[in-house]
Amino acid sequence: MNILKQNGGFVPRDRSWQPDAMTPPYKTTVKRGPHAALLSFPTTLSEETSPVFGQSMLGELDNDLTLNFAQPGESAIGPRIIVHGRVLDEMGRGVPGTLVEFWQANAGGRYRHKKEGYLAPLDPNFGGCGRTITAEDGSYELRTIQPGPYPWPNGMNDWRPAHIHFSIFGHGFAQRLITQMYFEGDPHIPLCPIVGTLKSQEAVDALTAPLDMHRTVPMDSRAYKFDIVLRGQRQTYFENRKEGL
Amino acid sequence: MVQELNYHKESPSQTAGPYVHIGCMPNFSGIEIYGGDLGTSMKTGPVKGTEIVIKGTVFDGTGTPLRDAMIEIWQPDAAGLFASANETRGEADPNFTGWGRSPGDMQTGEFTFDTVKPGAVPWPDGRMQAPHVTAWIVARGINIGLHTRIYFEDEESANAADPILSRIEHQNRVPTLLARKEGEGVYRFDVHLQGPNETIFFDM
Repeated sequence: MNILKQNGGFVPRDRSWQPDAMTPPYKTTVKRGPHAALLSFPTTLSEETSPVFGQSMLGELDNDLTLNFAQPGESAIGPRIIVHGRVLDEMGRGVPGTLVEFWQANAGGRYRHKKEGYLAPLDPNFGGCGRTITAEDGSYELRTIQPGPYPWPNGMNDWRPAHIHFSIFGHGFAQRLITQMYFEGDPHIPLCPIVGTLKSQEAVDALTAPLDMHRTVPMDSRAYKFDIVLRGQRQTYFENRKEGL
Repeated sequence: MVQELNYHKESPSQTAGPYVHIGCMPNFSGIEIYGGDLGTSMKTGPVKGTEIVIKGTVFDGTGTPLRDAMIEIWQPDAAGLFASANETRGEADPNFTGWGRSPGDMQTGEFTFDTVKPGAVPWPDGRMQAPHVTAWIVARGINIGLHTRIYFEDEESANAADPILSRIEHQNRVPTLLARKEGEGVYRFDVHLQGPNETIFFDM
């Protein structure tokens, strides 16, 4: 795998597009969001490098949440879906070798976690986590069940839209990103204070996966497409000029 | 009219939420899978250099420790080389990954990294930066992961010459970036999200 394609400084993060630290309708940010201005400086080797994640670390079922926690012969309960897409950078280049980790509630909206108190039942065959590593073209896919919406303690009647959390680890620590994928047509999306931390409809749309009938497996699973964009690196890597422009 | 630049926008960040450990450290949260969690050990054998422990706690604006955060660190080996595919200056210590992930203690929130004292890494113009560890913090209530750096209080001359530390306008905030020596080989780096001791976070 040629993961040496890119090298060099990362494009500065667009803070006018990314959510602010302090977003009072999402109450927890009020005491957890830093107040001072961020310190800006160009990326250095500390931010332009990253650990290497190889395909060899993956187990066969790591990206199949319907089976990776299930008893033999059983599978998780809920609408079967495939989520697929590409991890790209801002220049549109696929980012191979990216570690993509995902986690979600079960079909009833319940997480498998000690501190989770929602009364919806656990599914004994569903753990709720998976991972994969992007292919040469940046593509990835996973199989899971569609998570349910669930209530959360914020306002008195706040519900999260159905969502899958994504953690993405690209080629530089500067690209590190955690985000959430929402599902096309979910009426909870415009009501949610966490979605509301996004600054524009365009940003909400960027996290909303469309139903993808081209990738739906007939009589098996529907499919949703979710592309992820990481910060771009300024130049293409040249074998004879490793230090770049 | 001009040509379109056709760049993509970076995917917007969303909070890691209260259950980030399910996704990134499932075994810690009681889901036995993958044969173990990534990033729990930064050493795969005997390492070169000085072995150290970095401990700390993340505090919110009321002084309450966060018990649902995840902290990642990334650093070079003792010689200043990264175990990265795009490290072009030499071969890093093969027994040191440079990358650690800590969920914090479930009761106290304290995070711990068993690592090595990092070597120095150059600034783009060739000057050396003071030894440092890059850190990234995510949690419920943090809308976009917070980048900061862990420098070491016992590297006084290197810190004084560091291109970043020396250009920080409010020099009285620089100590928020310094790990304090707590004992032989043990450093403490507490993170304050708000308040008079708010940690300097980087636009990274």
